Amino acid sequence: MAESSLESSNMSCNSSRLMYPSRNHTHSSMPLSKQSYSVLSAFCSEGNITQCISYINQEMSSLGFPALCNELDSGGDLKAVSVLNNMYELLQLHRRSLRALEELETEQLKSASHLEHLKLCNSRLKEQLEQSRRESTGLCERERQLQMKVKSLQNCLKNEKEEVQKLQNIISSRASQYNHDMKRKEREFSKLKERLNQLLIDKKDKRLAIEVLNYVGRSDGKRSLWKTGKTEARNEGEMYQTLLNDYESRQKELLVENAELKKVLQQMKKEMVSILSPRKHSQKGETIDDSLELPGSENEEEVCDSSRETLELSCEHAREQLTNSIRQQWRRLKNHMEKLDNQASLVQNGSLGDNEVISRKSHEETVEKLKLEIQQCKDFIQTQQQLWQQQLSCPCDDETAALLNDCYMLEEKERLKEEWKLFDEQKKNFEKERRNFTEAAIRLGHERKAFEEDRAMWLKHQFLNMTPFLDRNKSQSALKSPEASEVTVAPESQYHNAFSTPKAAPAKIPSTADLYRTLRLLPDHGSPRSQPKNGNWQDSDVILSRDVSAKSGFLGAADCSIYSLVGTESSPN
Amino acid sequence: MNFSEVFKHTNQLCRVSPDGKYLATCVQYRLVVRDVSSLQILHLYTCLDQVTCMEWSSDSQFILCAMYKRALVQVWSLEQPDWHCKIDEGSAGLVSSRWSPDGRHILNTTEFHLRVTVWSLCSKSVSYIKYPKACQKGLDFSRDGRYVALAERRDCKDHVSVFVCDDWQLLRHFETDTQDLAGVEWSPNGCVLAVWDTCLEYRVLLYSLDGRLLSTYSAYEWCLGIKSIAWSASSQFLAIGSYDEKVRILNHITWKKLIEFEHPATVSNSKAVVYKEMERRHVGGCDDLTLHHQITLGGSLFNTQSKYEICPLPVQIPVVKPDSDRANPKVGISSMAFSVDSRYLATKNDNMPSCVWVWDIQRLRLLAVLEQTAPVRCFQWDPRRPRLALCTGSSKLYIWSPAGCISVPVPVEGSFPVQSLSWHSSGQALILLSKEHLCLCYLETEAERGDVASS
Repeated sequence: MAESSLESSNMSCNSSRLMYPSRNHTHSSMPLSKQSYSVLSAFCSEGNITQCISYINQEMSSLGFPALCNELDSGGDLKAVSVLNNMYELLQLHRRSLRALEELETEQLKSASHLEHLKLCNSRLKEQLEQSRRESTGLCERERQLQMKVKSLQNCLKNEKEEVQKLQNIISSRASQYNHDMKRKEREFSKLKERLNQLLIDKKDKRLAIEVLNYVGRSDGKRSLWKTGKTEARNEGEMYQTLLNDYESRQKELLVENAELKKVLQQMKKEMVSILSPRKHSQKGETIDDSLELPGSENEEEVCDSSRETLELSCEHAREQLTNSIRQQWRRLKNHMEKLDNQASLVQNGSLGDNEVISRKSHEETVEKLKLEIQQCKDFIQTQQQLWQQQLSCPCDDETAALLNDCYMLEEKERLKEEWKLFDEQKKNFEKERRNFTEAAIRLGHERKAFEEDRAMWLKHQFLNMTPFLDRNKSQSALKSPEASEVTVAPESQYHNAFSTPKAAPAKIPSTADLYRTLRLLPDHGSPRSQPKNGNWQDSDVILSRDVSAKSGFLGAADCSIYSLVGTESSPN
Repeated sequence: MNFSEVFKHTNQLCRVSPDGKYLATCVQYRLVVRDVSSLQILHLYTCLDQVTCMEWSSDSQFILCAMYKRALVQVWSLEQPDWHCKIDEGSAGLVSSRWSPDGRHILNTTEFHLRVTVWSLCSKSVSYIKYPKACQKGLDFSRDGRYVALAERRDCKDHVSVFVCDDWQLLRHFETDTQDLAGVEWSPNGCVLAVWDTCLEYRVLLYSLDGRLLSTYSAYEWCLGIKSIAWSASSQFLAIGSYDEKVRILNHITWKKLIEFEHPATVSNSKAVVYKEMERRHVGGCDDLTLHHQITLGGSLFNTQSKYEICPLPVQIPVVKPDSDRANPKVGISSMAFSVDSRYLATKNDNMPSCVWVWDIQRLRLLAVLEQTAPVRCFQWDPRRPRLALCTGSSKLYIWSPAGCISVPVPVEGSFPVQSLSWHSSGQALILLSKEHLCLCYLETEAERGDVASS
């Protein structure tokens, strides 16, 4: 509605510039034109054509249309084109205005219906208002009634209270009266009793007697004692004795209980302290907490120690201190627990989703897998069943049994073959190892021979040195001998790649090297050349060099040989 | 479980001697003493009239037979059957007669509670104690027999006198702060005396042996108050049963309330077990016995059989609505008893007459409820073990122990409605009393019981 009205207003706005004047004209001209159709002479006649033309021309020009005839030659002939144009224009205008009128009319209808609707709404709302007003008055009335009721009830309550008070008063008065009467009666009763007693005593009742054949002894065998002050004192003493015993036993019980409780307390405290010890905090990396709690915990320790001492004393102030420290510890424990709880819940929340997803995925996968397996198993079972049936259908005779047996035999043979193969391999290996050993033994023999030669040489030297005429040479050789040995060692070790030992070193070392070689490493002389084995050799080299450097210090200290280099590398390890 | 043959008795007079060797029964005016083990008659005494009260002396040497109507007391000796003693209260009358703990004195209360006469069997001496109070429990000997507390009424005020039983010397005499004292009871260790007020006032006073007031306890006002009181054997707890259907337990250090046991009509405590006695008319079909169910032993064909069933909780317990217009309404805790090890407490609420409640004192909670088909007449704890025997006036004996509950029909000809029962001091036998007959029930020893359980 609003839009359409807006549109129409826009249209009217657009057209108003042009059309507003023309509308006036149409309004005025409408009846005229009608009349002009019916009565032609009304406006224009043969006689007043020119006037008419001029008039129309004037009117037209005033309305902004182009002139109908040439102004210059007033009263001149009409320009047919312009007249027609104007006519057309006018017709258009007329049509447009008619349309606008129509629109306006529909708009008016709409607005009228809208108005109607609004009126309806208004009336309805008015009704509602009326109703709510009525309701509110009803409620007010009810409230008033309720208030009245409350008031009356309050009155009732008051009355009841008064009644209760009254009754209570009555009861109490009656009770006192009753008590009084009771007392009176009781007094009378006791008087009566007294009198009766007196009478009984006065009467000297003959029947009132005890007949005993002979008096019996006391159950404890003692004779009865006379009542004296002494017995009274003794009784008192005994009474207090029993009381004292009771209290003592009770005190003992309490002491035991107390001690146990103290023990428990102490243990709890210790455990608390151990749980809350700062070490744990630092391990967890709670540095802030740590720095905050460290001084506190130190205090705790002190308090703990002091309380331990004071526990035995169990003084008042000690107890206070103890309880305080316990409370403190407890608070810390609680905080800690809460923190842990929070962490746990966080972790749970965090992990829950992932876990679920994973589990679902894996679950599906496993289900798939299991389905597959089931299918396979079913197939298997089916084939087995088929086989079974086949077997059952054909007679089960000795032949088949033999065949089956053969089958088993074959299987066993297969197995034996495999075992045989394995055994062969093992044998081969053994063979190889034996060869290695023999080779090693041969090499050892060679080395021994070399060593023997060396020794012989050395002995010869020694012998020569011992001779008095070579004194000068001795000092020289003493200086040179380490150097010489190194020189011999270095090339040899380079050549033999460390496992063949320096001759100067003790005989033990080559043996260990041999051992390494024979046990762990393949002894082939070709192998050191191959690249991957080299590392291994170096490893053994390290161990060897260590041994060497430990046992003969001069080796590492002198000219930097491979040994020393490796040794320094390996030393930090 | 074995049962003896049936003997006659009158007035429920049947007592086992304190040493457990003899069984004395009264039949009209005759007193029969039997050996408990063989049930052979050892002695037969003839009294002057029908006996109304009979009691053993503490050393099992003498038996007291009182004939209240004739104000007579006759004493018989077991060692010397010829020895006799007759006490005549004359026109003063007699309402109560009892032994003193030493077994050499007899305390007679005269009619109208005029006085208590103390007769001695050792000497001619007679003592009187005046002003005894007629109440629920006006006289109580301490467990060791050294002291006796007596409630008195003088000048419209309650007093308690404590006497030394050795020589009847007054040890302490003190006024109590009670409206109308209802009873006195010593703690088992003899150091504390509990004094309670009449049911109109809820008040318990605790006095030390030397007469000092230790504590006063009052749970509520105005309503009907205390109905019964029980000390635990360890003197550690004092249970107070009251008309509000609750038991309150006081501790012996502060004398404050430790806990309150309610007796609700609906048992919903998940830790309690409710055993319900189910009666069956037909015999047989005992296949569905479980450990907790009863073990019937050769019941006669005519007796209805019954067994216990464990009811699933919650259980509605039948409640009898008390007549509020009448005095002494049947509501509240009328009887309570601690087991000998003080671990369990059995209670009976009067408006749930067919139920016995067993409470665990160690954990302070309800342990079991036994719902019988008939009102419970009497229950008593084994003096040695924690097991409870009860009877309901039917011809069955019921025993509860922490392991379970059994009902045993009494295998006698005809019916034997058990009216009351009492344990032998060894805990191996029970004396069952019907209106006119009695029967002994021997319980198997532990080893035998083990056999039964395993079979």
